[in-house]
Amino acid sequence: MALSTADVARLAALARIELTEEELVRFAPELDTILEAVASVSEVADSDVPPMSHALPLTNVFREDVVRPGLLHEAALAAAPAVEEGRFRVPRILGEEA
Amino acid sequence: MTSDILTATAADLGRRIAARELTAVQVAEAFLAQIERVDDDVHAFLHVDAAGARAQAAAVDAKLDAGEQLGPLAGVPIAVKDLFCQAGVPTTAASKILEGWRPPYSATVVQRLLDAGLVVLGKTNLDEFAMGSSTETSAFGPTRNPWDLDRIPGGSGGGSAAALASFEAPLAIGTDTGGSIRQPGAVTGTVGVKPTYGGVSRYGVIAMASSLDQPGPCARTVLDAALLHEVIAGHDPMDSTSIDAPVPPVVEAARSGDIAGLRVGVVKELGGEGYEPGVELRFREAVAALEAAGAEVVEVSCPHFTYALGAYYLIMPSEVSSNLARYDAMRYGLRVGDDGTRSTEEVMNLTRAAGLGAEAKRRIIIGTYALSSGYYDAYYGSAQKVRTLISRDFDAAFEQVDVLVSPSTPTTAFLVGEKLSDPLAMYKSDLCTIPSNMAGNTAGSFPIGVAPEDGMPVGLQVMAPPQADDRVYRVGAALEKAFGGALTDRIATRWVEA
Repeated sequence: MALSTADVARLAALARIELTEEELVRFAPELDTILEAVASVSEVADSDVPPMSHALPLTNVFREDVVRPGLLHEAALAAAPAVEEGRFRVPRILGEEA
Repeated sequence: MTSDILTATAADLGRRIAARELTAVQVAEAFLAQIERVDDDVHAFLHVDAAGARAQAAAVDAKLDAGEQLGPLAGVPIAVKDLFCQAGVPTTAASKILEGWRPPYSATVVQRLLDAGLVVLGKTNLDEFAMGSSTETSAFGPTRNPWDLDRIPGGSGGGSAAALASFEAPLAIGTDTGGSIRQPGAVTGTVGVKPTYGGVSRYGVIAMASSLDQPGPCARTVLDAALLHEVIAGHDPMDSTSIDAPVPPVVEAARSGDIAGLRVGVVKELGGEGYEPGVELRFREAVAALEAAGAEVVEVSCPHFTYALGAYYLIMPSEVSSNLARYDAMRYGLRVGDDGTRSTEEVMNLTRAAGLGAEAKRRIIIGTYALSSGYYDAYYGSAQKVRTLISRDFDAAFEQVDVLVSPSTPTTAFLVGEKLSDPLAMYKSDLCTIPSNMAGNTAGSFPIGVAPEDGMPVGLQVMAPPQADDRVYRVGAALEKAFGGALTDRIATRWVEA
């Protein structure tokens, strides 16, 4: 099952984390050891056991649909790295140069 | 006078403040001075909100002077793990990615503390995003164990536990995803309780693994923890997983400590190989003390607990990989590399590379792997089935006994640096505490003396069914009685100037 540095690089890219070469070399064997240790779960996970996603037997929880005070515009923007015209300013999202 | 304030219980401080023998301002000043004096050594706090604490204390004094009736903890200071949002106060989760962030709103827990007149001294250190068992993964440096500064105070809530043990605060708040309240409690000789999942609101708590995270109280005595539990627990419409039912009678149970006839099960699987002799010795003595106090002790087997660690280290990282996706450098927090030429995706990649520490990265990558197509069934799917099996083990056990007990941790506090380069060894610190998170039960850790080998504290874990939090406190109070009060009394003279 050995996890290669290429595998780790691909997973990190999916998770939007740019890893250095040094990190890739360090993480690959570490993550491999962890995955090996946790793989034992498949030994007892028979097909007749239902999966459990949550401790509470909840389905949907509803509340009344009423107007309440919410976060003010300025408060929501106060911690933004960049703001323009009362909105979050983000780097370009399209492939071409702006 | 000051030393007497620092070593007093929260219950006692609350009573004396209400009786106007002490003012809330006097008490707050005593703890702020203690933090100033010792926190360079302990590093329990990431942020001390002296101005806020003074203002809150003065407001409590004004209300009491005007004859207003407040709760039993009004005017009592508290330290809050830096995973809880507090409006206007820096909140970091011990991560560079949130450094300098001031939340626009407060967590329900924080709001309830303030409403009950507690005085928030500041925010305590933790492993980054609560990922760790030693507080060493904090981006702002480790916290030290007040029993021995070369050792870790546990984690992730090491800052809260160390603040209690160094008498920087009489009460603290933690969160417990796999043991982050109980394990620090155990290794610092303090009390820590993980309430039933859904018992305390998660609204405004920075999420690690949402199906496991649970806020709870930390204190030096059982009654103090119960009084705090009562302040923070109860239904919150802002958290859809909050239980809409009365809070279990925890304060009454903590005052009583009567365990005559209580059926106590010792979990067979949580002991033996990998457990320090000193831990096992103190545990056996504590179980004998419970028996002497009238409990009926039997051994109980929970065969699937052996698989809990594996299942936890799949489910938790899976939820982490999803929860931490929100740190995308767009709306708040760090942004790196936005030079006008780089794309949003490149900025995200660079920001998360710079802003997240090694353990956060490891867990995000493991979670991404466990959830990826082709591996989902073998990893995440299997782990969810193991979660069912662990839950069934608990159900079967609780048909035979009222509570289960085990050591809280396999070892006492290890040395700073000892396990940081071996993630798997670090993960094993939570061997005993993880099953209760998986099932959503309540569990607490209580001090039962120090190990003869190293003189470091040992904790006993009490586990009870969902919504039976009072049983945890009842057994905790019985232990406290048997061992003659708070274990931290033994290091009071080391930390508090006469």
